[in-house]
Amino acid sequence: MNPRTAKQLKTSGLNAAGVIVFLFAVFPVYWMVSTAFKPNDEIFTTRFIPFPLSPTMDHVSRVLTKGVAGHSIWQYLMNSAIVAVGTVVIGSILALLAATAVARFRFRFRTSFLILLLIVQMVPGEALLIPLFLMVRRLGLYDQILGLVIVNVGFTLPFAIWMLRTFVAAVPKELEEAAAIDGASRFITFWKVLFPLVAPGLVATSIFSFITAWNEFVFALTLINDQGKYTMPVALEFFTSQRSTDWGGIMAASTLMTIPVIAFFLLVQRRMVSGLVAGAVKG
Amino acid sequence: MAQTSTVARGGGHSSAPARRRSHRPPRRSGGLPAWVVPYALLLPGLLVIAILLLYPLYQMVDMSFHKVGLRQIRPNPQPAEFLGLDNYTQVFQSDLFWSSLRNTVVFAAVTVGLTLLSGTLVGLLLHKLGKKMSTFVIVGIMAAWATPPTATAIVWKWLFDPDAGVVNWLLNLLPDWLSSLVFGRADWSGQPWLNDPSTIYLVLIVAVVWASFPFIAVSVLAGLKSIPSELYEAARVDGSTPLMTFRRITFPLLKPVFSVLLVLSLIWDFKVFTQLYVLAGGTTNRDAFNLSLWAYTEAFSAPPKMGFGAAIAVILTVIMLLITAVYVRQIVRTEDVR
Repeated sequence: MNPRTAKQLKTSGLNAAGVIVFLFAVFPVYWMVSTAFKPNDEIFTTRFIPFPLSPTMDHVSRVLTKGVAGHSIWQYLMNSAIVAVGTVVIGSILALLAATAVARFRFRFRTSFLILLLIVQMVPGEALLIPLFLMVRRLGLYDQILGLVIVNVGFTLPFAIWMLRTFVAAVPKELEEAAAIDGASRFITFWKVLFPLVAPGLVATSIFSFITAWNEFVFALTLINDQGKYTMPVALEFFTSQRSTDWGGIMAASTLMTIPVIAFFLLVQRRMVSGLVAGAVKG
Repeated sequence: MAQTSTVARGGGHSSAPARRRSHRPPRRSGGLPAWVVPYALLLPGLLVIAILLLYPLYQMVDMSFHKVGLRQIRPNPQPAEFLGLDNYTQVFQSDLFWSSLRNTVVFAAVTVGLTLLSGTLVGLLLHKLGKKMSTFVIVGIMAAWATPPTATAIVWKWLFDPDAGVVNWLLNLLPDWLSSLVFGRADWSGQPWLNDPSTIYLVLIVAVVWASFPFIAVSVLAGLKSIPSELYEAARVDGSTPLMTFRRITFPLLKPVFSVLLVLSLIWDFKVFTQLYVLAGGTTNRDAFNLSLWAYTEAFSAPPKMGFGAAIAVILTVIMLLITAVYVRQIVRTEDVR
């Protein structure tokens, strides 16, 4: 075999492996979407039906109009959106302030604070759930979406600060110093100089917090009691009764919930990796 | 990325003359004293962390020494009875502790191993592929990574459905002699995967590996891109085999990446909750408990035994913090924490 054919063979072998990985990764997502558009007789069959033969909007429109467990799906989506957006708004203000402190100033306890940030991220949220449940009850926030927002802020904040501080540090300090010399106040310097330059990083961090809060399951399950206040991840459970599962409906609802996450994900993927393995990967 | 945009806006050329090296902007009248500023910026975030993470952490330990039940949850709570180490003795004497601990540890070990192995292989593959093909595969694995945990568990539950599931259909496609040889059976119709703890965990492993290998692959790829190609040139000239190249060049240089990925995966897999909750169908299947699901069940199903649940949670947290110590040390060494 001459070297050129060997090389071509190797390339096509690698490409084939790539396609297999792609199919393994995508198939379950594809199956979720395609089940959502199949009529029931194509869903409940032992045959393999690769794509909807007679595509139907039945499940999607049933989920959108009737909802589940007596509440519209829009309500659950809205609750999820309120929790996620609330978490992002409160969280990014706090994160931006703290990240500026850590990235821009040298002060006592700075190292201790950074190590604290790392350690608290390692404590499992499921473990803290028990004391948090009691705390939320005592504060009168049980069964309130506000309580869920606050808890999510707490759990997304350490990583948000950790990720954002690298973006703040990347803005040259000289810009702020120049503004200060030109007589700008501290607030104006922050608002007019630092903030616009950190904005892309703030967006990336915010999307990460958004996804975390949007996906969060166990706090919503525990801190909410009223059916109509649950978020989407919990609402998905309502499609399953003791006896059976409404597979068409649950797949339609899962698709509705997954789409915004995949869209956001493609936007921030690269920065998220650098935030998570910061320091270990150079470049 | 932020850096490029800064340079594009002319950020590289500062007009600040003499003060360039000063650490703090010059003090102006009317504002806070300069040394207060960082603490003032930090305070709100620190308060949130203290109230929502540190105080509950303390409370969790405190509760684990007390009997906390319905009477302490109701309005006008009664003080909790101090039990000393009773909760812990009860935990260690329970059969459920050993089965949950086994489930937690075996699941984490198998899943972390499989995730790291498959993720690394895919990372190496992505590095070898052409630009278009690698982008194509990355977008694909991104879909698996981005799927929310509840949706992940639900989709895999559906794929493993006894009657209409794709997995049983696939297994039935195998030639009967092969299927009998490997699995000891030929007919898979109606095989219920989600009744028995061992097969629940099998499905859980598949689902979690599916959702988490993309992150490993993309991280390994980022690491690989940072290794200078001259090293590989040299290895090739010296006639090194691919395996040797991996062992002598790639692996040692990526070791920091691998250790962070290992610890992160351990942390994620040790406390897996959402996917297990969905696949095991809630809190009814006691044999399928891991430590977090057990703690949750004790604390939140009637009658609530919150102190007992807290003791389990403390044990889980201690295991996690021991594992994490390695990660924190690694980061403190490589990052500019100081």
